[in-house]
Amino acid sequence: MKIVACVKRVPATDTRVKVGIDGVSVDTAQVEWVINPYDEFAVEAALQIKEKAGEGEVTIVSLAPPEATKELRTCLAMGADKAILLSDPDASSRDAQLTATALAKVISELSPDLVLTGKLAVDRDQGQVGSLIAAKLGWACLTEIKALEIADGKAVCERSGEGGNREKYDVALPAVLTCTKGLNEPRYASLKGIMAAKKKPIDERPADLGEARMAIKSLELPAERSEGRIVGEGAEAVPELVRLLREEAKLL
Amino acid sequence: MAGEVVVVIEQENGSVKRASLESLTAGARVAAELGAETTAVVCGAGAADAAAVLGAHGAATVVTLDVDPADANAAASAIAETAGPRSPTLVLLAHTNYGKDLGPRIAGLLDAPLASDCVELSVDGGSVLARRPIYAGKAVVNVASTGATLVASVRPNAIRAEERPAAGAVQAGAASAPTKGLGAVLQEIVQAAQKKLELTEADVIVSGGRGLKGPENFDMIEALANELGAAVGASRAVVDAGWRPHSDQVGQTGKTVSPQLYIAVAISGAIQHLAGMRTSKYIVAINKDPEAPIFKLADYGIVGDAFEVVPKLTEAVRELKAAHA
Repeated sequence: MKIVACVKRVPATDTRVKVGIDGVSVDTAQVEWVINPYDEFAVEAALQIKEKAGEGEVTIVSLAPPEATKELRTCLAMGADKAILLSDPDASSRDAQLTATALAKVISELSPDLVLTGKLAVDRDQGQVGSLIAAKLGWACLTEIKALEIADGKAVCERSGEGGNREKYDVALPAVLTCTKGLNEPRYASLKGIMAAKKKPIDERPADLGEARMAIKSLELPAERSEGRIVGEGAEAVPELVRLLREEAKLL
Repeated sequence: MAGEVVVVIEQENGSVKRASLESLTAGARVAAELGAETTAVVCGAGAADAAAVLGAHGAATVVTLDVDPADANAAASAIAETAGPRSPTLVLLAHTNYGKDLGPRIAGLLDAPLASDCVELSVDGGSVLARRPIYAGKAVVNVASTGATLVASVRPNAIRAEERPAAGAVQAGAASAPTKGLGAVLQEIVQAAQKKLELTEADVIVSGGRGLKGPENFDMIEALANELGAAVGASRAVVDAGWRPHSDQVGQTGKTVSPQLYIAVAISGAIQHLAGMRTSKYIVAINKDPEAPIFKLADYGIVGDAFEVVPKLTEAVRELKAAHA
């Protein structure tokens, strides 16, 4: 089975955001980059499917600036077979349509049986690239899966529904599935994996981007909340808290 | 005249989801400023029964589509087929499970950009501006479409639903036969033992952190949430420890929430958590450590042991309810 896992490199989640000098982008000069946490679930799921089947190929595809070979090397060290870096210096601020267009072009060349990616990248929080790739390829799509098995040539998936329900789906292949936390525990690369990754190919090519569909007009930091107050200490403070919630906040 | 504002509505047996009325309110406001018509699109059984409430909230036309809303592929194509000919300036959905599923598909079919999880929509020089948090709320961007159409999903609880009487004239829309056997087919819904309130749509959230020492102590959080009619949330530490499911996690790599009241119990307030709940209207923090970062964001803080404070608070809320019953 041929599997593609799409990954994005993003600033680590403990990053404090600074507005860039252009007023529309995030200043990433001091940022520590990591693989988007949800994409790690996708990579792990791809590796597990290959291992269980005892055959297959896992290709990592990423729209990223050239420096991102570091993050791709990490995916290879985890066990992926090869990587394709669609080189784009401004990758992190591309709108979802552009990203999906570039990824879908390469995916259709590779013609995999399954595409896995994260449900959302934790930088721009768009949550749509997976679905858009599926729409562009005319493939089936299921978002936010937390269980996955391949059986009888289809993907058997589970995700959370309304009100804590669990929804079970059969998804016809080829398909795009987006992954959420709970699907698996991404592995750490072993020393052997890290050594092996050095010899694995990273194919770097310019990203084939179209025209931007979305324009960012401004980027700002959220309004500061006004300084709160300590109502008191311990259980004795409860009546005053209830009074404030009732009389000041008008909530209870 | 500007192209229409089309709002995709979520309903069950004619009862419209509050988040959809919030989207409709946002859409009708934009339409009024643009001098455009507002059309609501409703899928599934009972769609026509929703017309009255949709009319009351600003829909001039209510298009009903005979398509199973659970079949996201079929619903998205029917909605795109309805919206497309109206040359919409704006297509809105609620950023719920349903909207998250449908939004990108509709945007893909209309070949328009999707601004997801927006907290505000406005009109600037004749074009629609969408305001959306990024980095789980550590920053905010204002975005616009570079073309004629913008698709946007609206964060639940970010905009208050309000009435704006309009005709609400029902029109049966044409949905072409859905393609069977393609795509994701729902096989089974395993009902939760107890219906859970969606965190992102809840008015009140009580969240617990690692300071609670163990999963069994979430009983105390559940009890307070139960008195308040609240949803239960959790910090990442608690979810990573396996005490609570990931669907309960608030913050970056979890859910971003904006309830009226957020009560953080024994959560110190990592930057990832604060980003995800900072837009709550009121924040209450209960924590032993007076230096905990959560107190910087909290409107009201109690420095103290959660095991003493929370049961007392639960009791006080119960008494208050009894006194006003």
